This record gives sequence, C-alpha cells and structure tokens, in this order.
Amino acid sequence: MRSALPILLVVVTVLLMAVGLTAVGRPHGTVGIVSGSALPGFNSNANTPEQGLANFLIDVQRRNWDRAFSSVERTNDSVNEHAFIQEWTGSDGGLRSFSSLESYDARPLHATDTEAQMRVRFHWSTPVGPMEDVRDFRLVHRANKWKVVWDELPVPNVPSQVIPVNYLRWDLVTGGAGEQWGSGNVDAPHVRIVSMNAVDSAQGAVVMGEVVNEDTIPAFVNVQSTLVDASGNAIDDESSFDKILHVLLPKQVSPYRIDFPNVSLSKVKNVHMDVKATLVPASSDPVIGVMNQKLDTDAQGRSVLHGELLNQSGETVNIPHVIASFYDNNGKVVWVSDGYVQRALPPQESAPFAVEIPKSVAGKVQNFHVVVNQYSLHQS
Amino acid sequence: MSSSTNTVCTSHKLQRGLWLSTLALCLCIAGAMAYAQDADLRAPSGAVAGNPASIATTGGGTATFYLVGPSIAVKRDVKLGEEIALSAKELQSAGKYVAIVCSGSCRSVGFFVAPAKPVNLTFLVHPSRAPVGQPNMVSGVALPFDEFHNLVLAPAPVDFQIAGAGVAPTSHRVSTQNGVAWFHTNSGRSAGALQITASINDVSTRRVVQQVASDPCSLRIKGQRNDKGFMVETEPVRDCTGNPVPDGTIVTFTAKDAQGMDTVDAPIKKGIARAQLKGSGTVTISAASGVVMGNELRLGAQ
Repeated sequence: MRSALPILLVVVTVLLMAVGLTAVGRPHGTVGIVSGSALPGFNSNANTPEQGLANFLIDVQRRNWDRAFSSVERTNDSVNEHAFIQEWTGSDGGLRSFSSLESYDARPLHATDTEAQMRVRFHWSTPVGPMEDVRDFRLVHRANKWKVVWDELPVPNVPSQVIPVNYLRWDLVTGGAGEQWGSGNVDAPHVRIVSMNAVDSAQGAVVMGEVVNEDTIPAFVNVQSTLVDASGNAIDDESSFDKILHVLLPKQVSPYRIDFPNVSLSKVKNVHMDVKATLVPASSDPVIGVMNQKLDTDAQGRSVLHGELLNQSGETVNIPHVIASFYDNNGKVVWVSDGYVQRALPPQESAPFAVEIPKSVAGKVQNFHVVVNQYSLHQS
Repeated sequence: MSSSTNTVCTSHKLQRGLWLSTLALCLCIAGAMAYAQDADLRAPSGAVAGNPASIATTGGGTATFYLVGPSIAVKRDVKLGEEIALSAKELQSAGKYVAIVCSGSCRSVGFFVAPAKPVNLTFLVHPSRAPVGQPNMVSGVALPFDEFHNLVLAPAPVDFQIAGAGVAPTSHRVSTQNGVAWFHTNSGRSAGALQITASINDVSTRRVVQQVASDPCSLRIKGQRNDKGFMVETEPVRDCTGNPVPDGTIVTFTAKDAQGMDTVDAPIKKGIARAQLKGSGTVTISAASGVVMGNELRLGAQ
C-alpha cells in the first residue's frame, strides 16, 4: 500500500510524457494547420508532408543544422551547408542574427502523391519585438519519405570594390565651462509638425502625422502626445518611440505614429502634441533608395506596400527599418506603418520589404511616402 | 503618575521662561532702535562699489560695530568719536547696507552703495542661426556690469553695431533701462556671418549670428538614362534670394512608372543633389525638399 502511490505517480508521468511527445506537430485546434514549438519531436517517420515539414522545422528550431541540411532535397549544387545556415541565422549583424524561431504554423496549400506545397507562418522573437514571416515550402516524396525541397540560392558575395564616400557629416563641438555667458549658445534645431491625424484602430487610439526639420542642421526628434478628456485631465501620454525617423537631416520629412492601447477616441476632447528636437552629430551617409514600391495584396489577402531597399552607399546597413505614411486623396495622413527588414543590407545590394495596411484604411489610400531608418553596429 | 506631573510642570516653567526672555529681547531691540534714530551716526554719501568710505560717529569710548550688506556681515571694535573706515573690499557689492554701533545701547544707519563704472558687457543674441530676409529676426540684449559683477542700473548709452554679408553696417544707440538695453533687427539678404557688437564706454562685446539660406526656391531637376535606370540631379539649389542651400539638405526624388514608384532621399553635395533611380518605360520624376516641391520631369522609354 505504501509503495502504490510512487508507482502510480511514475506510471502517470510516463503516460503524460508519451502523450506530450506524440502530440508534437499535431494541430492545436484548427484542422489542417500544423503548429510547432520548442518541444522536441521524436517522430522521424515522415510519412506525410506535414510530418516531413515538421521534422525539418524542428531541426531548424533546435539549430540541429547537420540533420536539417541532410534532410532537404537540394536542387542546386551551389547550395552548401554554410549558406543554408546563414539563411536561417542571418549574417552581417542583421536582425535575424539576434532572433530565434519561437514557433510556426504550417498549412497545406496542395498535395499529390509525389509532391506537396505548404505555407508556413514563422513566429520569431527579436530584440524589437515578435515578428512574423511567411514562407512557402515545396516537398517531394522520395524513398518513402517526404523531404523539403531547398531551392534557396545563397546570397551573392559583395564583390571587392572601392566606393568613394564624401557625404557631409556634422560634428558637435561644445564650449568650455569657463565660457562667457551667452557667447557659445547654439539654438536647438527648428522642427515642426506639419500634419496630425487621430483615429481609432482595433488596438486603441492612434495619433499620426508628419514632422519636418526646417533647419540647416541635423536634429534628433521625438514626438509626444497627450490625450485630454472633457474635464481637462490627461488620459494618457505616449511618445512615437521607434515609429519615427529620429535623426532628421535638414529639410527631411518623417512620418510618426503614437499608439494609445485600449484608449477610445470617444473619450478624448483634446490632443496635445509636443515635438522635442536636439542638436546631434550626424552623417548623410548611407543613402538608401526605396525602389519598386507598390500597393498590393499578398498571398494571405492582406493589403501591403512592398518594394526593395537599395543601399547606394559603401557601408553595410545592419538593421534597415521602413516607415511608410499613407495619404488619402486630400493628402491627409490616414495611416503610418513600419517594419524591420530581417537581413542586413550590404553595400550596393537590395533587399525586399513589405509593410501592412489595415483593411479599414486600405481603400482610402491614394499615395504613400516611405523613409528608411537604419541601425549600424559601428554607429552609436 | 507623579513623574508625568513633574514633567508637565517643568515644561510649563520652561515655556514661561522662554516667553519672558523673548519679550525682554524684543523690548531691548525696540528701545535700541528707537534710541538709534536719534543717534549721531553719519552714513557715507555717494558710496561706490569697490571704493573705500567712512562713517562718522560721535561720543567717546569703545563700541562694537556691525556692517550688514548684500553679501557681507562684519563685526569689529571701534572707537566712538572717530570715523569708522570701510575698506574697498567691504563695499564690493552694490546695494543697501546697514551699519550698527553698540555701546550700552545700539544705533544704526542705512546707506546705499552704487555700482562702479561698467567694465563688462554681457551680450545675449538670439537666434544663433537666422534664415535670410526675415523681418525682426535677430534680437539682442546687453547688460553692463562693473568689475565686481554688479549690474549697472544707472542709464547708460549702449552702441549696437551690425555688420555682415548682405547688411549695410548700421549702428543703434540705446540707453539702458534698469540696467538692460536691447534691439531688434531684420536678417540680411545674404547667407554668412552677421557680426553684432555691443559697446559701452570703452567696453565692447561681439557676437556672431549665422545667417543661413531659407527654403529652396524653384527646385528644378534634370535627368538622363544610364545603364542602371535614371540619373537625376537638381540644378544648383538656391533660396529665393539666391543663396545656395547648405550642403546636406535632403532632396527627395520620386520616380513613377507602370511598375511602381522609386524614392531616394539624397543630400545636396556642392549645391546639387543627385540620385540614381530605377524605372522602366515612361517615367515621371519629381523632387521635393521639405515642404517645397520642384518641377516634374517626364522621361520616355529608350
């Protein structure tokens, strides 16, 4: 009788482990959607396309590169394991280098006896918050197993070249403590909010618009907004955080967006705006072109603005950040979206980007303006 | 219980004692002040900061002398009937002083020390950068101080001299009011340094305002095809008074074709902004700098 309880506990534990392990890769609730997580999968039999893809993605998630690479069907001999690993882990200090694959959802698009296509939504955890990425995989049935076809070509190496860079740079020299009063004053840059619009969204109130540096020197800019109710009390106070191009060069225009989660505009009587500008050292390099911008609908039916970023300078941009403002036919800013590009942007190379537009405003959008923020590891 | 009663009694005694002491002290001070009004202490007339002065006294014997000023408090023994010498160091701060002499009773007298002549001119000019051609854009405030950092309150003429690119040298003479003189002026028509000098007597202070170009005026672009697409550039970018817009100013180039839109934020270098754009077929290219739009350029298919 005394040993019955430990035996019972052991039996229950073994049963739960068995149930837990066999449940990996099975749908959580939605039929046809395979989900993965950090739990280890042990079912090496890839009898179905779903299982074949799940085995592959679990290896990727666990960074078991040798097994993941050996399991794929390569279509090009130029694909090597190093390029395969780089595809998943990023390089050159890009955002992907600092990210990890949290989980994924896989959905079959179509399947035959010999071939299948699956769409996977990856959930990455990154230093700038959770990010999603959608990718289609083709699987083939080989030797009684389903294998992922890996046809991703390695990123071409940037050829050795000399790119003359002679862009203007502004440095900041501050006076000594013994300076006479009033002899060394340098005014803060003149920055002006040129438009502001407040709307209700699914997440709460959103205040957005554009800000311009009217001065002849660079400015570090931050926009703050306070929502005030009918009795004059502040409801909430937020800043634009990363949804703004903080360093504005002379005459440069940046969109800004300030989110007020769980606040409804119906309670708001006034919106107080405040723009703070500080003189900072800056460089007008790198210049990043935004090419082939187009409003479109993606494979999942969402309205997106997509295009390509082209690094026209001679230094690697580690983390490009795209901020787009969308205008209606009156030129009013109706939405501001942003998105980080997960891969670093080498000199003279391009990388695709896409930012989403909510369905509620997609129909109003007539025009848009994209700016690119950039974070480089060797710059502060 | 008894201990508590004793404590209360002691406390009451202490309070009564303190009250009586305070009353006695107040009566003494009141008596002394009343007596002092009749005392023969003669304050120095026309005392100036940083200059020695003296206070004449009557009577005989020794007394204690107190001097209380804006940044000084002095106590020393003096002989009545002789003049009390106040050193230059004791009178460095301008303002109201009180001299008190106590010998049995106290007598007091107040006097004012005026600032010395101005030897330093604090000059504040705003802004440090001024767009050209703006009315009342530049302002300045001058405050004269003596060698002991006392603000000179007596009206004094201050000369403001303005010279610089695009501005005919001008001079304004303004009298200080309560120690302050100020001016307003328009910014010039040419970019460059605007030298502003404020002088009073032999003292002068100079400040420099950087006059900068205003917004670009009539932004014009031209472009041509190359193997990568289009190379577009502006004509030399100038403001409406003809000043070149500073290098580093951003010009946004936009190219629209059937495939989509390209934009490049290009900085001005040596007066011209250039950008490499993609695009195929007929392309419409435009440029903007800040809120200023340029012309539109249509480049056809090759």
